[in-house]
Amino acid sequence: MQKYANPTRFYALSGKVLPWLAAATLLAFAVGLYLALVKAPQDYQQGETVRIMFVHVPAAWMAMFCYSTIALASAIGLVWRHPLADVAAKCAAPIGASFTFLALVTGSLWGKPMWGTWWVWDARLTSVFVLFLLYLGYMAIWQAIEEPLRAARVAAIVALVGFVNVPIIKFSVDWWNSLHQPASVLRMDGPAIHMDLLAPLLVMGLAYTLLFFTLHLIAIRSEITRRRIRVIELAEVQG
Amino acid sequence: MKIFLALIARDLTLAIRQGGGVGMALGFFLAVMVLLPLGIGPDLKLLQRIAPGALWITLLLSVLLSADRIFQPDDDDGSLELFSLGLMPMELVALAKAIAHWITTGLPLAIAAPALGVLLNLDSSLFLPLLAAMGLGSMALSLLATIGAAVTVGLKRGGLILSLLILPLYVPVLIFGVAATAGQNAMPGVFGSSLLILLAIALACLVLAPAASAALLRAHMK
Repeated sequence: MQKYANPTRFYALSGKVLPWLAAATLLAFAVGLYLALVKAPQDYQQGETVRIMFVHVPAAWMAMFCYSTIALASAIGLVWRHPLADVAAKCAAPIGASFTFLALVTGSLWGKPMWGTWWVWDARLTSVFVLFLLYLGYMAIWQAIEEPLRAARVAAIVALVGFVNVPIIKFSVDWWNSLHQPASVLRMDGPAIHMDLLAPLLVMGLAYTLLFFTLHLIAIRSEITRRRIRVIELAEVQG
Repeated sequence: MKIFLALIARDLTLAIRQGGGVGMALGFFLAVMVLLPLGIGPDLKLLQRIAPGALWITLLLSVLLSADRIFQPDDDDGSLELFSLGLMPMELVALAKAIAHWITTGLPLAIAAPALGVLLNLDSSLFLPLLAAMGLGSMALSLLATIGAAVTVGLKRGGLILSLLILPLYVPVLIFGVAATAGQNAMPGVFGSSLLILLAIALACLVLAPAASAALLRAHMK
């Protein structure tokens, strides 16, 4: 673990992994979209709108996954003071915010024909919206504090404080009577959704995860480069 | 413990002598409560229905407005540096500041809330739940505010970031606070389930918020 945390080594390694990861992402999306948009049957109640689910659900998963990644990287950064962990946390935020936004928008598009309204203030929707605000606040800290080390520490603590929201999102549908349907994939008694719909959903979930890792690696690489340029510029100014 | 009390007493004295503090928060509270019926219209039924929510939102805003003054004056005159060098750990400093902020902002508003509720035709059976919920809830709000204040201490554009950071954390307090005071959900008696959850939130904040604020302040001092 420590061995690959060296930025130079990470840069070289991630450069080799990246093309394969990008190819796998494209492949997974091709298969997933084909299964989801063409192959999957219509729902007997929802008709064609069920296909929104294949975009919406993985986006919501990734919204929580990205925030968990930020929290984990922040904790590592706080404990071991490793700059690469800080960079990883910083770079996951815009991606996570985009996934959250996608989940909110697609959920709203699905809600209009199904629930008859774009938005309701119910537990799941509200807590995801709060997650979106947390992402924005987290990114604002990185913007506001110029000194990278201090920004990293402040942002890490804020990310850890905000992490309480993630279990609230996950269990909001169980704790409160919500308009949003309860968990139907990860359940004690097996998935409550038919195989024909579950398979495309899982493939899409895999595709989204691969997409996140691809984008995250690219973002970390560019952030490392940006920091190197900054150091060179500072050295020139001082020299 | 002596230093702890001395710090609270110092903050209270400062708040009173500077003329701001309690009066300012109450004034803001009163102003909003007077403006609200003017904006919404004098329909007593409607006012009665929205009274708990309106009181809560006003409480939340007044805590938010005063939040950036929790650490900023101490950072400006250098006493925050002295605190960090002193005998007392920063966690307790943050806790003392939070308690002082609560006594000058949240508590007076919670006590005044039933009186101001009368202006909004609030049902008198809700006075006691409102007082209890607001007292507890405002304590959680003040503790969370210290986290935001510790993030933005020393920042130029702190105010906006403070709101963006703190408002998401205020959502649970607001939800359960309103649930504890909104007639139909309020359990018989004062100690309904919403109030218990509010108590749980306040206690969790009491432990976690000073630790987070102290870590943030140390990052600032470096």
